[in-house]
Amino acid sequence: MKDHLKTAWTHIRRSPYQALAAVGIMTLTFFLSSVVVLVAAGSQTLLRFFETRPQVTAFFKDEVKMDQVEDLKERLNQTGKVKELKYVSKEEALEIYKEQNKSDPLLLEMVTANILPASLEVSTTDIAYLGEIAQILRQQPGVEEVIFQEEVVKTLKTWTDTLRKIGAVLISFLGLISFLIVLIIIGMKVALRKEEIEILQLIGATNWYIRAPFIFEGIFYGVMGAIFGWGLAFLLLMYSTPFLVEFLAGIPLLPVSLLFMFAILGGEIVVGIFIGSLGSLFAVKRYLK
Amino acid sequence: MIKFDKVSKKFGEVVALQDVSFKIEPGEFVFLIGPSGAGKTTIAKLIIREYLPSEGTIEIVGMDLAKIPRKKIPQLRRMIGTVFQDLKLLADRTVFENVAMTLKVLGEKEEKISEEVANVLKLVGLTERADFFPAQLAGGELQRVCIARAVIGKPEIIIADEPTGNLDIGTARQIVKLLKKINEMGKTIIMATHNFEIVNTFQERVIQLDKGKIISDKKKGRYNLNERSS
Repeated sequence: MKDHLKTAWTHIRRSPYQALAAVGIMTLTFFLSSVVVLVAAGSQTLLRFFETRPQVTAFFKDEVKMDQVEDLKERLNQTGKVKELKYVSKEEALEIYKEQNKSDPLLLEMVTANILPASLEVSTTDIAYLGEIAQILRQQPGVEEVIFQEEVVKTLKTWTDTLRKIGAVLISFLGLISFLIVLIIIGMKVALRKEEIEILQLIGATNWYIRAPFIFEGIFYGVMGAIFGWGLAFLLLMYSTPFLVEFLAGIPLLPVSLLFMFAILGGEIVVGIFIGSLGSLFAVKRYLK
Repeated sequence: MIKFDKVSKKFGEVVALQDVSFKIEPGEFVFLIGPSGAGKTTIAKLIIREYLPSEGTIEIVGMDLAKIPRKKIPQLRRMIGTVFQDLKLLADRTVFENVAMTLKVLGEKEEKISEEVANVLKLVGLTERADFFPAQLAGGELQRVCIARAVIGKPEIIIADEPTGNLDIGTARQIVKLLKKINEMGKTIIMATHNFEIVNTFQERVIQLDKGKIISDKKKGRYNLNERSS
């Protein structure tokens, strides 16, 4: 085993540019895989966040009276489909606004309670009821605008699905290219060592003895690519986390747990070992008759 | 130990061996002689199962070579040390590394490899050349490296295919003396050659081939240049 690893390392050291090409394409594959996995997982969490908060928000006109609001609450409660009702007054809206923008004094200065509308946040027991509740709210005279998340969820779902499909195609394509590059590079090395391989076979080396260093070499490319690709994605995530946290205010998506990140790394190393060893195995089989 | 029974080998239309039968017992020293193209190398390659016979059976230590599975071929080859006609030494490895290859294949430990290589290099008289590359050695020395690589794994059978091919008669004699010394240690030696001086000097069993057929098989034989198959 130690001997095979040593031989594999000698092969790698003797052709650094080929090694660089193999690790490079593997790195690209795993970097993109990590990004796609992170985005897919992120959008999944986002979706779940919206789905578990089936909510319609009705914004009231300025002249609406409190008893009108109470009436509306009563009507909604009677449908039996409402889980929670929350009235947000202009003052409370200002408080929320202040909290969200506390780091930006310029935005705070420009806003008073008057410009913000009062609203009623309605949660339903099931996401399917949202449309019906939105309809009731829209018919109410004091209501200016109704926003409900079914549409947001739908749009998000379409986006997530498309993203996943594009990601899967891209990763499969890059995975295939990585496999082919390992196959070509190892194939070249096998061809270059034809004489040595022939001698080894004639003096009684087993197939495993001959193949092992090449397979370890392929695995090395896969594992290195997985570590570098994952590392790059992790750096990118760390770098963009502060910006994303601000952008996704209120949605508990970030920071991504380290456990999840290491699970991605583990998965990618396994895939790297698979692609690398399979590429080498094909190369060795192809050239070792 | 080695048994050829009505063995023929054809390459397309070309007949390399025809109806060859012989037996070699453990500890024998056998010269396989004949002109180029007589079938000597084909026999050597059949013994290490580089080729399979077109007809007939070959048994090595009781194993029928046509019947042993591919997986077992390495095991067979470890029982046979081969000195190849074209040497098959790696130019980018030192004498030590070329010889050590056999033991590495057998999975021996580094310390044992160092010790055994030193012993075998002493046997073939190349202790001083351990760190030399093949390009730095003379013809006879290269042959001795091949012999060292062939014997280091302690095989029972040694096949030497034209080990004196391009050597002057003095060096050639030294090589055969070395093989004889190994033979005296109990190993079976088969040496293919067309060097009649060597054969006549050493007076061992001689199997003479011509055009793929055995034309004589004599204990203490001589290389008779006039003998030819019709």
